[in-house]
Amino acid sequence: MIDIGQEARLVEALRRGDEQVFMALVDRYQASLLKVALVFLGNPSTAEEVVQEAWVGVLQGLTRFEGRSSLKTWIFGILMNVIRKRRDHDGRLPPTAAFDDDLGSGEAAVEPGRFGSTRHWSVPPASWAGLPEARLLSRETVAQVRAAITALPANQRAVITLRDVEGMSAIEACNVLSISETNQRVLLHRARSRVRQALEPYLTGE
Amino acid sequence: MGTVSLPEMPCQELVELVSDYLEGALSPVDRARFEAHIRECKGCTHYLEQMRLTIRLAGTLTAESMSQEARETLLRAFRDWRSA
Repeated sequence: MIDIGQEARLVEALRRGDEQVFMALVDRYQASLLKVALVFLGNPSTAEEVVQEAWVGVLQGLTRFEGRSSLKTWIFGILMNVIRKRRDHDGRLPPTAAFDDDLGSGEAAVEPGRFGSTRHWSVPPASWAGLPEARLLSRETVAQVRAAITALPANQRAVITLRDVEGMSAIEACNVLSISETNQRVLLHRARSRVRQALEPYLTGE
Repeated sequence: MGTVSLPEMPCQELVELVSDYLEGALSPVDRARFEAHIRECKGCTHYLEQMRLTIRLAGTLTAESMSQEARETLLRAFRDWRSA
């Protein structure tokens, strides 16, 4: 987190043309921007192009940046505009307007067969607290998480990527995706539930 | 005034409210029902813990670092912008 005074100084340095400050900003956000672009565009080389275009947009917009939103939100907003333009001109991709069309609201977090007639667990989940850190953070576990997130519907994937992978706040994610807080929460819940479900057989095995 | 007993929250309802709980989006009544249930139910305690771990694991994913070529393209764009 950057505080407001720090951020104003950062913007000043950028406007002065401080190359190091610009590249430090690029290093800080590039990976996140790429991940978001990839979620929306599905193709790594298109994603990279779009992110480059967004940085040019950032440079062109610097003189207009008034600090009404945080620099981070502003940069992601520019990226989203570039992505929207790209999707609207590319017939192969659905327009971004449809993003919160299907919330998957009817989906159960846990399959109904695991509950008894009183809606309490008949097959309760096991504790993962005893798992050694080495197992939990192993390359294999991380690969499972990545695969589970990749398999999500695009809108759920976008929300969990911004929130849990990137660590954005709910408000930041809503701004980037132009969705309501309620819809954001529904999508986040579906996404997390599916990823947990995918991990369960793997982490619960002896 | 005595304490009003709240309707019990079944496990199947609780699992659908975990994100709302973690986001602080539950009403005070549902929050109290949620916490009362968790205190008594081992299965749901494990479930909440699994969800917290899932979130933590998602946070460990990292993107590939930026290619040198992409960095240079951006640096050129920056220099062009500065001299414009």
